[in-house]
Amino acid sequence: MTAALELRLVSKVYGEGTTAVHALDEVDLAVARGELVAVMGPSGSGKSTLLTIAGTLEDATAGDVFIDDTPVRTMGSRDRAQLRRRSVGFVFQDFNLLAGLTAAENVSMPLELDGMRARDARAAATTALAHLGVEELADRFPDDLSGGERQRVAIARAVVGERSLLLADEPTGALDSVNGETVMRLLREACHRGAAGVVVTHEAHMASWADRVVFLRDGRVIDHTTPPERPESLLGSVPQP
Amino acid sequence: MSVRHALLALLSEGPKYGLQLRQEFEARTGEVWPLNVGQVYTTLQRLERDGLVASEGKGDGPGKGYRITSSGRDELGQWLRTPPEDEGPPRDELLIKVLVAAHAPDVDVHEVIQAHRHWLLEVMQRYTAVKAGASPDDVAIALVVDAELFRLEGAIRWLDSADVRLRQHRPQVPAVAPQGDRDRSVAGAER
Repeated sequence: MTAALELRLVSKVYGEGTTAVHALDEVDLAVARGELVAVMGPSGSGKSTLLTIAGTLEDATAGDVFIDDTPVRTMGSRDRAQLRRRSVGFVFQDFNLLAGLTAAENVSMPLELDGMRARDARAAATTALAHLGVEELADRFPDDLSGGERQRVAIARAVVGERSLLLADEPTGALDSVNGETVMRLLREACHRGAAGVVVTHEAHMASWADRVVFLRDGRVIDHTTPPERPESLLGSVPQP
Repeated sequence: MSVRHALLALLSEGPKYGLQLRQEFEARTGEVWPLNVGQVYTTLQRLERDGLVASEGKGDGPGKGYRITSSGRDELGQWLRTPPEDEGPPRDELLIKVLVAAHAPDVDVHEVIQAHRHWLLEVMQRYTAVKAGASPDDVAIALVVDAELFRLEGAIRWLDSADVRLRQHRPQVPAVAPQGDRDRSVAGAER
């Protein structure tokens, strides 16, 4: 598998001199297509900064970010905006859907902004909503949807078209555990269909849906888990009555 | 987990045979609690002795069916509403290890905490893989796996909290003075 996202020795410093804050410190991270990675760490460990730099919303102070093997550093602002529209999907805790647009219009909008014909964009949006099991919500407005439904529409918007990178910041934070699990299941399925995913979460049971969990502390990657093996042997270890 | 009460619960749905009870018990508990046939029949005999079930049919073999009695229904209702035993703070091995590491010289307690966090999360990933691989309609598996996931997550949340607390307040190693020194200081205080 090739890495859809690669961070090489990425550092981010806010401020200067004695007031400088080192949000990220020489972070290396590669996420392959088909892989979902969860990022965990305490408040202020650099999780959200990592996500905004990976999504080209912020520049690194040092180091390089590659998306689909393209170095972000060499791109102008117009090319970056195009890269974000075409290759990167974002999912937020509070959904960030536009209230005046229907679910389908929210999903098709990034494609239309990128120049796709409205009819084709609508067809792609319908496919994305169907993948997430919410095709019937296409003509509903966000205010008429439950939290779980809104997040499914938001994921559809993030994966619509040919996105290679899916970035999610606490996507289950506003949901109960069962709806949160559904969201993680869908993110995992979207990644296994071919995208690379990075999800920031502070909830271990949500992170456990990822193929790999990366731990951040003080802006550094201190540890990561390896993909689970032989899960079927686990249930035998549950205490007997 | 009380096999006795689980069998009463199954019989509350209607009369059943012993083998059937065993199969249904295993299916409803996500097949994580295997029961042997002997255990089922021994339990049924005790329930019958106590007047909580009644048998129908001949012999002790698979041809014998069981039904719950009204006393059995009362017993089941009471058991379902009785809180599980709370045994107070456990002598938790993880807690002991972190407490020891916090005071041990030449040990980085935060590295110890991360080692346990890492291990717990990998166990959680394996449990989640079980749930991900099961049919969404298999509620029993989901309930069994969730119970374990939330228990493990509780341990991770405690580790996260311990990590932050120990960074904010590094524990002081109590200075235990040698016996002779203590005697002298007491004597000095008296003067």
